[in-house]
Amino acid sequence: FFFFVRFERRRILPNEPCRGVLVSIQSSRRPEMSHPAHRLGVLERHLAGTSSAEKATISEHQTSSGVRTVSVAVLGASGGIGQPLSLLIKSSPTLAACVSTLKLYDVAPTAGVAADLSHIDTLMEVEHYSGDAQLPQCLKGTDIVIIPAGIPRKPGMTRDDLFKINAGIVSNLAENIAKHCPTAWTLIISNPVNSTVPIASEVMRKYNVPGFERRLFGVTTLDVVRANTFVQQHIGGHGGRGNVNVTVVGGHAGITIQPLLSTVPSFNWNRRPTAGEQAALVQRIQEAGTEVVQAKNGAGSATLSMAFAAVRFLSRCIDARLGESVVECAYVNWNGGRGFEFEGDRVAFFAGPVRLGTDGIVSSIEDWKRGLSDAERAGLRGALKQLKGEIEKGRLFSTSQK
Amino acid sequence: EFEHNILISNMFAATMNSSCTPCRQTTSNANRACRNSKPTTIARYAGFKSVGAVEFAGSKIASRKTTAASASRTACATATVAGFKVALLGAAGGIGQPLALLLKMNPMIENLAVYDLADVTPGVAADLSHINTPCKVTAHKGPEQLGAALAGADLVVIPAGIPRKPGMTRDDLFNINAGIVKSLVEGVAANCPNAIVNIISNPVNSTVPIAAEVMKKAGCYDPRKIMGVTTLDIVRANTFVAEASGLNVADVNVPVIGGHAGTTILPLLSQATPSVTVADPAAMTTRIQNAGTEVVEAKAGAGSATLSMAYAAARMAESVLLAKSGEKNVVECTYVESNLVEGLPFFSSKVVLGPEGVAEFLPLGELNELEMAGMDEMRDLLTKNIEAGITFANS
Repeated sequence: FFFFVRFERRRILPNEPCRGVLVSIQSSRRPEMSHPAHRLGVLERHLAGTSSAEKATISEHQTSSGVRTVSVAVLGASGGIGQPLSLLIKSSPTLAACVSTLKLYDVAPTAGVAADLSHIDTLMEVEHYSGDAQLPQCLKGTDIVIIPAGIPRKPGMTRDDLFKINAGIVSNLAENIAKHCPTAWTLIISNPVNSTVPIASEVMRKYNVPGFERRLFGVTTLDVVRANTFVQQHIGGHGGRGNVNVTVVGGHAGITIQPLLSTVPSFNWNRRPTAGEQAALVQRIQEAGTEVVQAKNGAGSATLSMAFAAVRFLSRCIDARLGESVVECAYVNWNGGRGFEFEGDRVAFFAGPVRLGTDGIVSSIEDWKRGLSDAERAGLRGALKQLKGEIEKGRLFSTSQK
Repeated sequence: EFEHNILISNMFAATMNSSCTPCRQTTSNANRACRNSKPTTIARYAGFKSVGAVEFAGSKIASRKTTAASASRTACATATVAGFKVALLGAAGGIGQPLALLLKMNPMIENLAVYDLADVTPGVAADLSHINTPCKVTAHKGPEQLGAALAGADLVVIPAGIPRKPGMTRDDLFNINAGIVKSLVEGVAANCPNAIVNIISNPVNSTVPIAAEVMKKAGCYDPRKIMGVTTLDIVRANTFVAEASGLNVADVNVPVIGGHAGTTILPLLSQATPSVTVADPAAMTTRIQNAGTEVVEAKAGAGSATLSMAYAAARMAESVLLAKSGEKNVVECTYVESNLVEGLPFFSSKVVLGPEGVAEFLPLGELNELEMAGMDEMRDLLTKNIEAGITFANS
């Protein structure tokens, strides 16, 4: 997916300052289909080049009749990912059309970030909450919770080394979500995702949150974004066609990340990569996170690209919540709790393409299993072995928290 | 603009399948065009979509410039980018990082040079390089690499410098930031003298005259090209005025003139569109003037506005690049060398941007009593700020 920043000129009279309005974190895949209101204008716009559609969108939003909006809470909003993520949400008019309130929460102060963002000229309320005591207030009435909270990796650390600290953080946040906004969608970024999602799952189960399996996601979109980028780089500027969208399955750490190059249709490639090239691409995608940790040399892990990927996934979740049928890769309770099976192995949690609807996951998609290459089968085998251990680690942490 | 780049992957195949007219690939595009289609001349993005009653006769949206590289691609290539190079000086900082993210997402930018002194600079570039947009990111750490960062740049954006702490005025930053801007603009003069320069580093009232003097000394000063970014004041004015008047902020446009510090910020509430009656214009003016300080206080020592500044700077960069690619009627308020007000050689006002930077100054228009008083009040301060800059540059 290409996500572009678009500043739209809105001009009322000649020679007035054309107020650029950052149009959207706009996916080129879905020009204006993102929001029901925008569908009005797609064809009109192609034909007439006018913006009557925008006018309709804006007035619909103003009257707020029939256009549903959601509230979004960012837990960890003052952090390295939280700040650019909040910026991308607040500055997008497409999201402003469907997000009524952006709630910023962190254990650190959030008043400054909120004041900063509140000056941006889009129609989205910004609220701030800081400290554990304010968390319930923040979560009440929230529709979608996105969690970048936690400590980042330093060189030499694996995502697992973060486990103890981030496990506790996610466990606490999940408990509050279960208590104060049990119907919200929960999008977890905090690493190690392979374990923190099972932890959150156990917490929700403990609090008997009905149907939570449908609404709990580990955000693996950055792996998809990286896969798309590296594949596109491999294809280069000549001959390869169109936007690349790679299906990435498995998990969100090291060899559990399984980018399926077999899902890239042939017309995207100028020439199919050799087995060696494919293996190199897969390895690069798997180690991309570590690449950034090394490059930052102690100053953190990927923040800007993570914010980008997270807002892509968040906006697709909002689309789904508001009625569109969406397919995205995410790390979830697979197949309604039945788990993912492959060559005799079974895991309860798995990352893969899922269909989303208004109430969360509609179905887990497995048709890509049929087209796997031998290398991909081997990769998936290895991924499942590691994933099992990481899921179990999360589950044990949760049960030990009683 | 990328409507023809509809994703056609087997996983995301749309329910509505038709075939693209020229190449018979399955496409979900209602126009029966697939990613193989050449871009149309009506560039849908970044276009002038006039909302409201007024249509502009002849305001045809120019097609975007394509570089030789993209022209040589096959018809079925990936996204055609307008192909500008932007150098971001100070990219590892509080404003620089989110700004770099927004620029990386801008489809008009083909190359983004990320420059800073900080150790984390290569890390920021590596981070950004994973984002799947066509813009290529290069990292440049340290003064030895400034030349490479600037070579061939069409636009240079400078957020470099230290931010305010509570109790500081923008002037307190002066000595440090003045030196930073001076050396960076010397680099611009040496490496990309024809580039447009957007200066964010405070105090803008002084750093822009410094930049002008540096370019003059190097013999390559083009007053159309050295601009101070005051867009954040407009953004803030829009937000506060919309809030106060109950209008949709997306429709509100408030011009802000003068400078970019305290009382030199003069919002023209009387010229706001649509016209608004603000209950207490003096209080509103003060709020807009102190908005920056509001954030410095709220951050309690953790810095000044970063995210909203990145947003505003990205908007300004986009306006500049739009104008560079031939779009007409791109209007922004910006702080440049100006003859508009006697006695003030640098002044922020509405300008029409063109391929070489500032193309035309729009008249200030009618100022009401309060605004005239504001003009009188700021003159001395702004003159002082400008002189401080010029003196520093010549010392």
